Amino acid sequence: MSMPFYVAPEQVMKDRADYARKGIARGRSAVAILYRDGILIAAENTSGTLRKVSEIYDRIAFAGVGKYNEFDQLRIAGVRHADLKGYSYSREDVDARSLANAYAQMLGQIFTHEMKPMEVEILVAEVGATSADDQIFHIVYDGSVVDEERFSVIGGDAEAIAARLEEAFQPGLETAGALRAAVGALAGPDRALAPTDLEVAVLSRQNGRRAFRRIEDAELATLLPGV
Amino acid sequence: MTLPIFSASDDPGPSFAELLARVRPQPALPDGAPPLTITHGTTVLGVKYADGVVMAGDRRATSGNLIAHKTMEKVFPADRYSGVAIAGAAGPAVEMVKLFQLQLEHYEKVEGQVLSLEGKANQLSSMVRSHLPAAMQGMAVVPIFAGYDLRREVGRLFSYDVTGGRYEELDHIASGSGSLHAGTVVKLGFRDDLTRDAAIDLVVSALYQAADADSATGGPDLIRGIFPVVATITTEGYTRVDDGELRTRVEALVAGGGAR
Repeated sequence: MSMPFYVAPEQVMKDRADYARKGIARGRSAVAILYRDGILIAAENTSGTLRKVSEIYDRIAFAGVGKYNEFDQLRIAGVRHADLKGYSYSREDVDARSLANAYAQMLGQIFTHEMKPMEVEILVAEVGATSADDQIFHIVYDGSVVDEERFSVIGGDAEAIAARLEEAFQPGLETAGALRAAVGALAGPDRALAPTDLEVAVLSRQNGRRAFRRIEDAELATLLPGV
Repeated sequence: MTLPIFSASDDPGPSFAELLARVRPQPALPDGAPPLTITHGTTVLGVKYADGVVMAGDRRATSGNLIAHKTMEKVFPADRYSGVAIAGAAGPAVEMVKLFQLQLEHYEKVEGQVLSLEGKANQLSSMVRSHLPAAMQGMAVVPIFAGYDLRREVGRLFSYDVTGGRYEELDHIASGSGSLHAGTVVKLGFRDDLTRDAAIDLVVSALYQAADADSATGGPDLIRGIFPVVATITTEGYTRVDDGELRTRVEALVAGGGAR
């Protein structure tokens, strides 16, 4: 009988993390940024049908980067989690924090126990009654959760984008201003992103019960003049 | 609560009812008719008019010969462009509406697009059909469904029977204990392309007459300020007519002698 080679646990974890990071780095990035009426989410996405940003519940949105089938599976699980919770208790009892924890549990479990970690990085955003209550949770492939203030970036080039967004960010920006900051940070100094390269949505306090709304086509082009 | 994750062969798809059955199987109904009196809601209407459809329902719920509630609501938005109104056993009916609303929203979120109006009507049909065992025990729920079909650009009405049979109606529908009287008033007053004003006056008058002849239907109560629930569904979506406007219309109906 042949003995399996001993591999140090540190090495196993490092290999898995490298594998997941490589998968995520292949895709394009997404950002979520607080603005006057709530949270704006912008993703670089040339497809008009395969979504990275979606509605989860009345005040909660989801954004994912990395492997499409994996984050889409998480998105659907999130919609189910939220709808079941709202049905069992009340619509008010559905919150982003508990959903972010459920995602973290699942990603952590898969990272340590499964053959392959999920090659995804996701955001769960919730718009509150006032801008002080807005929340963005950033969840990584190994199950770590970060509760972000002001803005959050996911995807391959996250550090550089976050540095650019740090400069452009101001509290209380209007929709157009927040969008320009987000898109400018995604694009970087050497290129411009056209409206067709972008997927944009907002969670706005002005939208009534279902706060999620996509900004598409003509509206997006008006908000991003000269691109 | 952990995340509901399913294997590909067991996945409930975009259906909330299927999802609910996977995570929480419903208890079976007891045998035989229930030995208790169940609260019933009555008389709901739907009428087509120039811009779409108008739906209306009275506010009374009865439990045997008692009036159980004076302000029950029987007309609900199903989603942005459709509404559902219920007659029958109040508990299961309200639960059915809640599930139906969730079902439409759940589908929209999971699939990323809205069901067609036809699809929504069929969904409700299967919910009524799955309720048949309870209906056989005296807890029947008979909804009506109305909506604005954005693809065909027209308002549409659907009626149901307890077996889940779905029937599209051309001009108007009524369901519940006062439906015979209310339906007759609507039938006599109906014209093609009614204006919004005329359509709302017609349903208010129909419910008034139904309340006059059917003890389980509640009339408008000017003293307590209780008026029928009336909603229009057009290209603008589902809009409830506010009580102030209904008060004016009821007062005009009484003053004009239409309430005799």
